[in-house]
Amino acid sequence: MLITNAPDIRSSEITPQGLYLRRREFISGAAAVAAGLALTGPFTGQADAQTAGPGKLARLATIKKSGYGAGEKLNSYDDITSYNNFYEFGTDKDEPAVQSRAFTTKPWKVTVEGLVNKPGDYDLDEFIKPFALEERIYRMRCVEAWSMVIPWVGIPLADIVKRLDPTPAAKFIEFYTLKDPTRMPGQRRNVLPWPYVEGLRLDEAMHPLAILAVGLYGEVLPNQNGAPLRLVVPWKYGFKGIKSIVKIRFVDKQPRNTWQDMAPNEYGFYANVNPSVDHPRWSQKSERRLGEFRPRPTEMFNGYGDQVASLYTGLNLRSNY
Amino acid sequence: MRAAVFAVALVPFARLVSGFLTDDLTANPIEFITRQTGYWALVLLVASLAVTPIRRLTGWNDIIKLRRLIGLLAFFYATLHLVTWIVLDKFFDLDIMIEDVVKRRFITIGMLTWVILVPLALTSTTNTIRRLGRKWQTLHRLAYVAGITGVIHFWWLVKADVFEPQMFAAVLAVLFGVRIWWTWRTRTPSPS
Repeated sequence: MLITNAPDIRSSEITPQGLYLRRREFISGAAAVAAGLALTGPFTGQADAQTAGPGKLARLATIKKSGYGAGEKLNSYDDITSYNNFYEFGTDKDEPAVQSRAFTTKPWKVTVEGLVNKPGDYDLDEFIKPFALEERIYRMRCVEAWSMVIPWVGIPLADIVKRLDPTPAAKFIEFYTLKDPTRMPGQRRNVLPWPYVEGLRLDEAMHPLAILAVGLYGEVLPNQNGAPLRLVVPWKYGFKGIKSIVKIRFVDKQPRNTWQDMAPNEYGFYANVNPSVDHPRWSQKSERRLGEFRPRPTEMFNGYGDQVASLYTGLNLRSNY
Repeated sequence: MRAAVFAVALVPFARLVSGFLTDDLTANPIEFITRQTGYWALVLLVASLAVTPIRRLTGWNDIIKLRRLIGLLAFFYATLHLVTWIVLDKFFDLDIMIEDVVKRRFITIGMLTWVILVPLALTSTTNTIRRLGRKWQTLHRLAYVAGITGVIHFWWLVKADVFEPQMFAAVLAVLFGVRIWWTWRTRTPSPS
């Protein structure tokens, strides 16, 4: 398959595959030594700085590189695909990877409806065909105060919205996850009201940072990460990033998102990363970047304030959490 | 028998240690250690509360000899749980810890649970048991309170899936129900 743009890391920095595949041996060896000296065992497991996946899944062709996230140390493919909040496949972090193994995402239909000029049922391949895939390395800050750095592959949501052509009355977008308890075993229990629903203001959706992702580490999305199509909005808490999207609706009223329905005092519609507004049950001042030992301070808008703060001028971010 | 209980109850701890050395504690080791130690503290605490009902239901009197060990193992895991929070999670940041204990009710009640367990662990030597006599009995009824507050701690921290805390609560309810039933029976004069 064809990759037109060379990755902008020097080939000298790319870990040879053999070494990469043996990294756990190296890490455990190093950890055993380190643990003898200090309490650093599991914290040496930091990712190799490369954006080629392990080759488990199909590689995506023609990925445009982007400048986002340059210099950020990536979390490993293993970390990103073994530690997931995806209640449709179980509520423990390690469950989605296991419970989603049999999940098939072909064929996949995306329904577009509401206040939009090009509604319809789109086959996923046809839905994404007109767009160039881009790599976006983003920080992901979970509302549970941990974070990762993930090399997504996706399409700017703005491009998709423009093509779908919402009517002037449309002010918000609603996204729906698949609801199918036969395929998503987590939905057999009413842990959340299914299907999962998320939403964005239309101007948020049009922001160049917002993407619909179809892959990570240069390969198609693993099921546990929201295959085949998921939202990524890096300045908001991770739960806004709705997974396995089957429906996109353009509406004129602010939608109710699932977690807001569950606990309105804990989760709001906006869910912008904000260190000065605590979750009622824990502080949001700092976060643990997976792979690091010491917590690091959480940044306003997850560090994307320069780009997105202007979306919220005049809005009280304390009451609109 | 005691050696067997001891060995089995230390398996989770051994797995944490070996997982630590081989970097096999999930992508978020601190969270994993915290959850595991908390979970086993609760399991053992509830198990210690089950000893008397099991003894009375089955007539297996020797089981009482295991109660102290189970209780102390519960305290061991609860202390690991607390130390994990202080050292690994908060890294001795006193301000943040105080804020957490004061502002976050699930942490408040978790801390309370550990505090309740301290005097129980301290008074579990054979000498103290003998010296305190009936007072020891009364003091150690606090284990019921710790069981309840421990389960509430778990319940209040989960985001949506309360299945596990519900299971713990159900077991506690059965254990308390049995005791209440027995107390009620002995107080009601029999009709004959």
